[in-house]
Amino acid sequence: MEKNKDLTEWQDKVLAKSLARFPERRKQFTNHGGDEIPRLALPEEIDDQYVRLLGFPGSYPYTRGVQPTMYRGRLWTMRQYAGFSSAAESNKRYRYLLEQGTTGLSVAFDLPTQIGYDSDHPMSLGEVGKVGVAIDSLADMEMLFEQIPLETVSTSMTINSPAMVLLAMYVAVAEKQGVAPQKLQGTIQNDVLKEYVARGTYIFPPQPSLRLITNIFQWCGENTPSFNTISISGYHIREAGSTAVQEVAFTLANGITYVQTALDAGLELDVFARRLAFFFNASSDLLEEVAKFRAARRLWARIMKEKFGAQNPASCMLRFHTQTAGYTLTAQQIDNNIVRVTLQALAAVLGGTQSLHTNSRDEALSLPTEDSVRTALRTQQIIAHESGVTNTVDPLAGSYFIEQLTDRIEREAVELIDKIEQAGGVVAAIEDGFIQRQIENAAYAYQKEIESGERMIVGVNGFQITEESRPPTLRVDPEAETMQVAALSQLKKTRNHDRVKNSLEDLDRAARTDANLFAYVLAAVKEYATLGEICDVLRQVFGEYKQH
Amino acid sequence: MHKHNSPFRVLIGKPGLDGHDRGAKFIARALRDDGFEVIYTGIRRTPEEIAAAAIQEDVSAIGLSSLSGAHLRLFPAVVEALRAAGVTDIAVLGGGVIPEEDIRQLKEAGIDEVFTPGTPLEVILEAFRSACRQQRKTHQP
Repeated sequence: MEKNKDLTEWQDKVLAKSLARFPERRKQFTNHGGDEIPRLALPEEIDDQYVRLLGFPGSYPYTRGVQPTMYRGRLWTMRQYAGFSSAAESNKRYRYLLEQGTTGLSVAFDLPTQIGYDSDHPMSLGEVGKVGVAIDSLADMEMLFEQIPLETVSTSMTINSPAMVLLAMYVAVAEKQGVAPQKLQGTIQNDVLKEYVARGTYIFPPQPSLRLITNIFQWCGENTPSFNTISISGYHIREAGSTAVQEVAFTLANGITYVQTALDAGLELDVFARRLAFFFNASSDLLEEVAKFRAARRLWARIMKEKFGAQNPASCMLRFHTQTAGYTLTAQQIDNNIVRVTLQALAAVLGGTQSLHTNSRDEALSLPTEDSVRTALRTQQIIAHESGVTNTVDPLAGSYFIEQLTDRIEREAVELIDKIEQAGGVVAAIEDGFIQRQIENAAYAYQKEIESGERMIVGVNGFQITEESRPPTLRVDPEAETMQVAALSQLKKTRNHDRVKNSLEDLDRAARTDANLFAYVLAAVKEYATLGEICDVLRQVFGEYKQH
Repeated sequence: MHKHNSPFRVLIGKPGLDGHDRGAKFIARALRDDGFEVIYTGIRRTPEEIAAAAIQEDVSAIGLSSLSGAHLRLFPAVVEALRAAGVTDIAVLGGGVIPEEDIRQLKEAGIDEVFTPGTPLEVILEAFRSACRQQRKTHQP
């Protein structure tokens, strides 16, 4: 057979370069019998349609993956979302996870932190340290990363409306460790649009929120070139009840909005676009999920190239984190959840994820215990090292079903994105409630199917048993809130009041202009101004978003 | 459907900062489909706001939802706010990610029923119907 020119070009330019820079994990990948496993299985004949729709991994349109060798080169980052109670407690859990072989940190903040309230705010009652760690000031952040080398560990932070404040604290902690911002690796979620429709931790109205996001893109472009400045998230949209197609459509529509806003502010596309990351849900419908990831990757590449005219290949790559679907976990027969998570994690890996969080079996009951977290991590390790699916790139490509489904999800997502654009864009569609209604209707239909028995959830509406004993659950120390409030009050006594006040006044003045606010926030956190104080300044200037 | 002329009125509330409203919205809609009049507060309400809304809207029962682990503080606070306003005949039901061992404590604090994940919808609807019937019995002359 004559060698295909597209294939030759890929081998010579893309693959060779990648292999030279990042050798594969093994010299040879073989099965138990010693047969070699091909890096990339291809159709007998590589025609134009194949090249247009699927192409080669690490090449446009990236359907088969963003790296030429995928997991043969490097496994995905095993990144378990964790954090609870105090900074000291969470620091212990992170160090445990690192010891157990987790390869990146993922910080869960409590709800007051995520909504920009200090622990002593009346709205914080009962919520301090519950779903994540409480951070009031740089002092807490210093404790959170004590003895964790920020030069080598990559950290993902689930923080949205106050993302700038927490990132500034992270930069300040690194500085104290002697690590320059240029060396920092990680991701901040920084995706406020989905908070209005799905997750609920909004503070400011959409326009000033978009300004803060763009300010972060710009500051990070100049100072933290290896940090992902946003994680555009479909995860929570899916958790709120959307379908797979809606998850892709609403996420990419949000992505389009962030790109357009940054362009409008004068940022250069091929500088900021390469630091945009994504975050998807992996649910139990294994084949649909695999197709979803592939469709999202192809569609984002097309949007970046065709709509925005991206020149840099990295701007077109949809790199994503995945978390298994929390909404599928059951409180009944909780060991069944390990099996669900295995299917979901497998879907993420077959779909080419760059990092993965696997949920723990007991999360329908409470925050996970250490034992459950370890099993969740082991699930990833078993897929990585025992299942064999990491030995070849995009193993499901070419399946008639998978390719049809990939095409269908892309087509339907395009239709939905067009609908949103015709309705005036994402912000208008949020204010009108269009997106929320779509999600709500899908959630209602799904739950009705469970109630009617049309959809079986094993252990819930089928194969039930009487369970004698309840598994042990993790309890957050109820004293954590009191202690956090006491520490905060102590901090307020010991810092330099004038310098705190001045830094907040500077921020206030800057917020009333078009200035990039990052440097002002960084200066304030270094004076130990609290998260609540900083957000209050911005609330005064920007106003607060109210759900209607 | 209800046997009375006027439909039962209930309020679904999300106290605290938890934004997981999939369950609360589902219950609100399912109650509506069952013939209830339902007021849904939206997310991020204080216990005091929820109690005040319930009194103002003259509901027979309140359904509270929290998935953030703050239920032991927030659910009883709603009951206290009702009592502080002199109201004792509005039933308070709750649901969410609630460990088994917390249920007794919640009931002692005046929460009438607590539902954990996986509870069949019909069980929840019946609890609301029964709470409303009870309230109407004691409320009517």
